[in-house]
Amino acid sequence: MARTLYDKVWDAHLVRQENDGTGLLYIDRHLVHEVTSPQAFEGLRLANRKPWRVDSILAVPDHNIPTVGRNEGISDPVAKIQLETLDNNCDEFGVTEFKMDDIRQGIVHVIGPEQGATLPGMTVVCGDSHTSTHGAFGALAHGIGTSEVEHVLATQCLIQNKMKNMLVNIEGPVGKGVTAKDIVLRIIGEIGTAGGTGCAIEFAGQGIRDLSIEGRMTVCNMAIEGGARAGMVAVDEKTIEYVKDRPFAPKGDDWDKAVVAWQDLKSDDDAVFDQVVNIDGASIEPQVTWGTSPEMVVGVGDSVPNPATENEAVKRSGMEAALAYMDIVADAPITSINVDKVFIGSCTNSRIEDLRAAAEIAEGKKVAANITLAMVVPGSGLVKQQAEQEGLDKIFLEAGFEWREPGCSMCLAMNADRLEPGERCASTSNRNFEGRQGKGGRTHLVSPAMAAGAAIAGHFVDVREM
Amino acid sequence: MEKFTQHNGLVIPLDRPNVDTDAIIPKQYLKSVKRTGFGPNLFDDWRYLEPGEPDMDHSKRTVNTDFVLNKPEYAGGSILLARENFGCGSSREHAVWALTDYGIRSVIASSFADIFFNNSFKNGLLPIVLKENVIDELFALSAGKELQLTIDLDSQRVVVNGDSSLVYDFDVDEFKKYCLLNGLDDIGLTLQHADDIRAYEKKRKAEAPWLF
Repeated sequence: MARTLYDKVWDAHLVRQENDGTGLLYIDRHLVHEVTSPQAFEGLRLANRKPWRVDSILAVPDHNIPTVGRNEGISDPVAKIQLETLDNNCDEFGVTEFKMDDIRQGIVHVIGPEQGATLPGMTVVCGDSHTSTHGAFGALAHGIGTSEVEHVLATQCLIQNKMKNMLVNIEGPVGKGVTAKDIVLRIIGEIGTAGGTGCAIEFAGQGIRDLSIEGRMTVCNMAIEGGARAGMVAVDEKTIEYVKDRPFAPKGDDWDKAVVAWQDLKSDDDAVFDQVVNIDGASIEPQVTWGTSPEMVVGVGDSVPNPATENEAVKRSGMEAALAYMDIVADAPITSINVDKVFIGSCTNSRIEDLRAAAEIAEGKKVAANITLAMVVPGSGLVKQQAEQEGLDKIFLEAGFEWREPGCSMCLAMNADRLEPGERCASTSNRNFEGRQGKGGRTHLVSPAMAAGAAIAGHFVDVREM
Repeated sequence: MEKFTQHNGLVIPLDRPNVDTDAIIPKQYLKSVKRTGFGPNLFDDWRYLEPGEPDMDHSKRTVNTDFVLNKPEYAGGSILLARENFGCGSSREHAVWALTDYGIRSVIASSFADIFFNNSFKNGLLPIVLKENVIDELFALSAGKELQLTIDLDSQRVVVNGDSSLVYDFDVDEFKKYCLLNGLDDIGLTLQHADDIRAYEKKRKAEAPWLF
């Protein structure tokens, strides 16, 4: 029977299946960070259990760590305990960890692929919803809660019901200046934040095939913002080329065997999907979110939607609440919205290509006078090093951006990087929820180029015209 | 895990769609390394007027009297009623821990985000999906007044104000129901299949040695 890419990876990892359909799914790679793991390790200890397969685990601190002044240590005492707890747990159980002073430290979803710890066809889990990122490699990757982290640590498996198959096709090429971020924001605008609930989404079509692997990671990263725990892209030559020679990638004979096996990591031509969404690539503009949910998004050339045009009462009141929280008015052109802060970073957009795209816009220009902080937070120590070798740090610093150490930073504002009440931010992160970047903060999600453009202009601009 | 068999409780109506896990428990409280103590910070940004930090005495903060959790008629409520896509966003299980620590035993909504839904069952919190028109009816019944529901997991029924003529049925996955009814730790259940896991590993190692 014809199978989808998701069906194939699922089948290859099924340890057993109960009569009611519940599956026991084997996990190849378990990524761990400081926020969602302490209670899981504690659970292991209390039950006198050990990790089933310690070599499948890779740990890194990212959510809580400071992006400045690292040599002075952690000043937040509560965060310090959590970071030390990760170090202690990894030391005690023999887990490989890239500690804070390791050049390989970075955001968990950046370092997995960077190290070749994420491979095509793997099952990958992490106690973080943006684990969907790793689906860019034709892996089945999704976020889990802390109880499931403990379950995977103890058993190497996850109890799962099979998800439905959803296909999102970006037909034809996208226009010049339109990025992976714009593609995925447009998809979420189309299907809604619950559109993919219960599904694994396969992203396909020329608009996706044309993307680099980093671009595909950006798209899969935000599958969860469309409600889908997992996003996937079929393996092609770009995938294999990206993985080759990375530290954790197979070598020699194993590599040759793996490359042969990976050729099958695509949906069969006649595979049937439960749901199909087609979007014309040429119709996608650079996107800007205007509200407090990622589905509240429009093209940069559009205006803020008017709730009066929405017929459904729950939706209409949601739009009204969002406009009030965001302090913007219906029908205002998106380009008329001024911003206070700019954040370029996060597991969505902090890789080298993201930084290059932002630097290209910022080069030779200055951050606008009304911007109180524009910061660039690379996704890992190695991304930072690469950017510095290319001179991107100098471009940003000369333009008036701050150049920080790697971490999650102001995407979720667990560390000191945050918005103050009422501040408005152009952000390359993934969530514009109320208070996400700080209580009372207002977030507009954009691509790295669009964020850099907003920093230079002081308000949103169409970067295709810069 | 605490068992869930039958629960009778007061409904707290939170009339919003897309209630995300950042709203349920804001990020600054995720620095804790424990599973308990999150209750005072459930819906922190909505519940209190000034920004909160983990080291504060939350009982001394100014509460937002407009927020449903602070209204006297809903004090002591243990069943949260909300709208579609409840629990969207981050995978943080702290969201479930905050709800249970506050005393919530069940959340009723027209749909849930997948990760939150799964996390709930691991912590004795029962998420119940009811149709949108039923949710509308429950909001109408709870607006400004006391609505008591009796939730019976075994028979998969919700009874309104003890009135046996006003009953809603709900679906629940068989395995999840079994674990919840018995308060079972599913790690122990999975480890009963340790031989199957080892057999899988042996077979897989032969097929795909680069994964080991």
